[in-house]
Amino acid sequence: MTIAGAPAITTSAGRPVGGRRLPLDWLGAVPFLVYVAIFLFLPTAIIVGGSVLDANGSLTLVNFAHLSRDYIVKTTLNTIGLSAVTALAGATFGALLAYAIAVGNREGLVRRLTLSVSGVLAQFGGVTLAFAFIATIGPAGFLYLWLAQHHADIYAHSLWLFELPGVALVYLYFQIPLMVLVFLPALDGIKPQWREATESLGGGTWHYWRYVAGPLLAPAFLGATLLLFANAFSAYATVNALINQGQPVISQQISGALSGEVGTFEPGFAKAIAVEMVIIVTAVTVLYSLLQRRTSRWLQ
Amino acid sequence: MNLGSFSRRLGLAVVATFIVAACGGTSNNTSASCSESTAKTATSATACGGMDALVAAAKAEGKLNIIATPPDWANYGEAINGFQAKYGIKITSDNPNGSSQDEINAVTQLGTSSRAPDVLDMGKAVTLANTQLYAPYKVATWGDILSSQKESTGLWWQDYGGYMSIGYDSKKVPAITSIADLLKPEFKGKVALNGNPKQANAALNGVMMASLANGGSADDISKGVAFFHQLKQLGNFSPVQATTATVKNGTTPVVFDWDYLSSSHGTDVPSWKIFEQSNAIIGDYYNQAINKNAPHPAAARLWEEYLYSDTGQNDWLRGKARPVRMAAMITAGTIDKTAAAALPAVNGTPVFLTDAQAASAKNYLTANWDTAIS
Amino acid sequence: MAAVRRGVQGTRRLKLQVFRIIVFVAAGLFFLVPIGAMVEFSTRGVGDQPRTLAAWQSIGTYPDLVAAITASLELAAITTIAMLVLLVPTMVWVRLKLPRLNPIIEFICLLPLTIPAIVLVVGLFPIYNWMGTNFSDSILTLSIAYVVLVLPYAYRSLEAGLASIDVKTLTEAARSLGAGWFTVMWRIIVPNISSAILNSAFLSVALVLGEYTIANNLLYNNLQVEIAMLGRANAGVSIAVAVASLLFAFVVLVLLSFFNRGRGRLQLVELQQVMRTERG
Repeated sequence: MTIAGAPAITTSAGRPVGGRRLPLDWLGAVPFLVYVAIFLFLPTAIIVGGSVLDANGSLTLVNFAHLSRDYIVKTTLNTIGLSAVTALAGATFGALLAYAIAVGNREGLVRRLTLSVSGVLAQFGGVTLAFAFIATIGPAGFLYLWLAQHHADIYAHSLWLFELPGVALVYLYFQIPLMVLVFLPALDGIKPQWREATESLGGGTWHYWRYVAGPLLAPAFLGATLLLFANAFSAYATVNALINQGQPVISQQISGALSGEVGTFEPGFAKAIAVEMVIIVTAVTVLYSLLQRRTSRWLQ
Repeated sequence: MNLGSFSRRLGLAVVATFIVAACGGTSNNTSASCSESTAKTATSATACGGMDALVAAAKAEGKLNIIATPPDWANYGEAINGFQAKYGIKITSDNPNGSSQDEINAVTQLGTSSRAPDVLDMGKAVTLANTQLYAPYKVATWGDILSSQKESTGLWWQDYGGYMSIGYDSKKVPAITSIADLLKPEFKGKVALNGNPKQANAALNGVMMASLANGGSADDISKGVAFFHQLKQLGNFSPVQATTATVKNGTTPVVFDWDYLSSSHGTDVPSWKIFEQSNAIIGDYYNQAINKNAPHPAAARLWEEYLYSDTGQNDWLRGKARPVRMAAMITAGTIDKTAAAALPAVNGTPVFLTDAQAASAKNYLTANWDTAIS
Repeated sequence: MAAVRRGVQGTRRLKLQVFRIIVFVAAGLFFLVPIGAMVEFSTRGVGDQPRTLAAWQSIGTYPDLVAAITASLELAAITTIAMLVLLVPTMVWVRLKLPRLNPIIEFICLLPLTIPAIVLVVGLFPIYNWMGTNFSDSILTLSIAYVVLVLPYAYRSLEAGLASIDVKTLTEAARSLGAGWFTVMWRIIVPNISSAILNSAFLSVALVLGEYTIANNLLYNNLQVEIAMLGRANAGVSIAVAVASLLFAFVVLVLLSFFNRGRGRLQLVELQQVMRTERG
């Protein structure tokens, strides 16, 4: 009886024979690369092109020169700080929550429900999310009023909900579920044998996490943190609903240059800001790769 | 030989007569139908064979694309439903929260697509900056619009307007009799603008109103920025985006907004009141234009005719906005009297910013607003 | 020794349960209380009037909403399937044959998230215009952009899953037992990363159902655009319809979770059995 898909039966898993195999191997990545070329690189190229062309179509670097305007520098730093804080906090709390889910029954109801809730909340944002917090701990929110009645005015110093700290808290609302969804598969990959092996070598919980599970989970953890950073970095609607004046975040500056009523239309500048954002995230990605390489050395 | 050349010349003459007749037929205003090509360039209903021909052509198109016209804005919902019911033309309303610039972006980016917006409703600055995108058209009631409120060839014309106001929930804050009241401690964390003045027309005019009330003028918005700076220092200014939900829930019980937009909060908050200070009445009108590349040119023109008919104008009036033909309709007695009586009271001489004043205000805000309220 | 071992394990299990309870209670409070506040707000009457479900009841009276819901569900299905078909084989292949390409794929899959949607739309417009004139301008073409939008999330989830199984060994074992590439993919790899696939499907469905900016700026009326239109006029309706949309997405995801073909980790013995049945 013939075996389906037999041709490769004679070779072991695809080691190239004198480099002849390599070009064929690349074919496997072609569909993906073609798709992103048309629907991701091309729009990106259009945006980059728009940032270096002026209204008459000639090359110009003035849009990038405008990036040194001090309010742009300030908002860029604000946004990096906000994204870093919410990424780290979201990753930490999210990992804890993911662990609590992972140690439970794989087919159980708790897991199904918590994962579904995480899926929904990971993409929840904008004006409605802002309102959810406004209705809870806003100056007219029921929790704030209850606390104030019990002599605990959380806004005694400043209305921080409508400042960057408040925005960070609201961001965690979608950062934590995102972390859960993205990190849980890694936690599912923990084998009970690792724990047994550590114990048979005389190690306790601390040793297990520090020397075994930790380094093995580190790549996924770092990668998820990077995702959370990029997620917060480009977020717009939520922060715009909470801080509509002053525009402390860089995506609001883009919106200001692209849309509006009073003629502040600077499309080239908006695209230059977008290019700046890509460069910043690229820089963070490079840092992340260096960090990955370092943690992978722990495994050796 | 002679017969051949004669008949050839006769044939040529016959053909020439036909060509002349055909050309002559389409160039004057007496063509009986409104084909798609004529609708695209028709500058009035008569140029398209009369209202009936326009209606027929619009019905044949069957669709209309509008943008950034949510149903609760100046009671557009009633006009949309009325138009759809009267002519059976399906209206697709896109990007309800879009700004004027978003409308222009959609027109430039969609080009000749069948999904491009047919008609535009925009603020003045954006309207004036993009006249090359419009098709000139004069509605049947063109004469009722003052010449200062329209572009002479019909590229754009004003539609409805109102005056800047301070809307407030009389149950949550004390009655406001002057803008200076907002500096009192009872207003801590409660005062909001509708949008960011560096971008939103309503917010820019809100700051201008504060300027007028504090010794500034239409040329000088700095007093308004100083006022909001003071509000912020006192902790009375709230940076949050004011929505129907934040108004009802009490987070933003005081909002600077156009009176006709502010009035709609009355459905959620029965105790919503409108205040306009007599020495600081600032008004503004929005503008209509037809997209040069409108995918449904006849329907677009019919929509404009509908909006500028008595029905359309009264729809806007019922939305507490002042339609541009209001004066003429009052004289003609076609105004909806109950709606007119329900308009917010205005006791003072209104100020309308000129384009130069609006531009200089914008420049001042771009340079100073963020530092003032941070 | 064994008794001590059991004792240690017992305390550990107890500590784990306590940990779980604390985490779930804290998370439950943090995530569910704001939703509760929204529900409470949506049932408020106007002015001094008593509590009412009017806002919720009016949701059913909007005909455009049904069309928008259908369109969004179709978009969710198309996007999720297209994303999985595009991403899973590619990631497995890159892992096995082109490991040097992995950092590049990783970066490509992060790029859509670095460009804010309001700017990305500017770049997508010319492509959508071309598609509109030459193929179709139906709302379902949004799924093409959505696949790109969901790449960052899906990639991260799938990568975490693939990293935790030994793809190389499993594939080599299966191939040495005579499996073809399709069998390897479908019957060996996929069941082992079912949790990752399910999570990426969750993210994809939730993204599509919650997406607003791209659809709105490309002038399509999907579920969130329709909700924004509805919510403007009436505060209670705006919040009621937003919570309803969350509940709707939740129900869709719970249903989706029953598609989990979680056979768990495949051991070598089971692998040989699978191959034996394959060979008939």
